Amino acid sequence: MSRPELVAPPEIYYGDTEAKKYTSKCVLSTHSRKHSHPSSNFLPVPCQCSTRIQQIQSEMTYRALELLNLPEGEPKFLLDIGCGSGLSGEILDEEGHYWVGVDIAPSMLEVALEREVEGDLFLQDIGQGFGFRPGSFDGAISISVIQWLLNAETSHPSSSPPARLTRFFTSLYAALRNPSRAVLQFYPSSDDQIHLITSIAQRAGFGGGIVVDYPNSKKARKVFLCLFVGSGKMNDSVPRGLDGDGEEEV
Amino acid sequence: MVRLITHNLLSCHVKGCTRNNFPLRFQDVKVELREAEFNAEFLRNFVPRIEWKALVDAGKELGDTSLPEELPEMLGDEFLKKLHHVLLEIHVEEGAMVCPNCGHVYKIMSGIPNMLLTESEI
Ligand SMILES: [Zn+2]
Repeated sequence: MSRPELVAPPEIYYGDTEAKKYTSKCVLSTHSRKHSHPSSNFLPVPCQCSTRIQQIQSEMTYRALELLNLPEGEPKFLLDIGCGSGLSGEILDEEGHYWVGVDIAPSMLEVALEREVEGDLFLQDIGQGFGFRPGSFDGAISISVIQWLLNAETSHPSSSPPARLTRFFTSLYAALRNPSRAVLQFYPSSDDQIHLITSIAQRAGFGGGIVVDYPNSKKARKVFLCLFVGSGKMNDSVPRGLDGDGEEEV
Repeated sequence: MVRLITHNLLSCHVKGCTRNNFPLRFQDVKVELREAEFNAEFLRNFVPRIEWKALVDAGKELGDTSLPEELPEMLGDEFLKKLHHVLLEIHVEEGAMVCPNCGHVYKIMSGIPNMLLTESEI
């Protein structure tokens, strides 16, 4: 399977068909061309691919929340970067948090509306930066999004990956309270990409670094950029990644 | 679903628009009221983040005059309930938010504001 960010920009890749995979009930006919369903003779059945995507997304959301290290039981005001169809938002709702979600794909936001999530939704290109006032959020999470910033959208200099990453991290840093954290899970395709992203985040003022869960498992390996604003009461060292192959976790 | 809690944190992010770019003015809005769960602890923690005058004015723009001109020192339950309503239960569904400085119009459709900028605005 080719990496989605190499196929098309996110607002196009996550068109109606792709967005349907992120709803709780999948209409098989909309993407049966792309996936073979062993049980598709017995319609209607829950779509295997979509439930699997949702399960991975929600596991990563819980892990991102854990890495945010918020005080137990306190409702916080969080930013969900690339909130998509609101899968992570539903978890933030359940955990008692208030949130704002931004995404560049209108069809994903429509799905989030259908789900009736509690957060405010914005159609926004994170590579253009945020306009939130300083200290607006108690934390930020992002699941499988920031690798999209590594592709130049046009030949215009303002849309080069370093320019987009700089606007993103600088305005995110400003929008967060001191102290707080941002935890961004993403899919880097090389060590150079990790280096580019972390160095621009550091230049924007963030501390912290990369956390790799299940580093030795090809299937379960997950990369989290765990960023700190200020140090204050927080432990300045980057959290440890999880060991093993991720299978023992249910 | 632009609620005033979010509107109160939002300034214009057009390139070079750095002064007098807050708060965004509402235009031609359609508002819906939706009940939300009251959480006094969250509100108390959130109050220091609020630009009070901007919130009072935005409430008025949307037809709610329940908030006092000055933020009270004592955050009692009666006050917090009014604050809760203004911050979290008034939803702007249609219309626009306009930057008081550069005039950029952020359209709101089905409750979702379009924050996308053109290349010359980045
Ligand atoms: Zn402006």
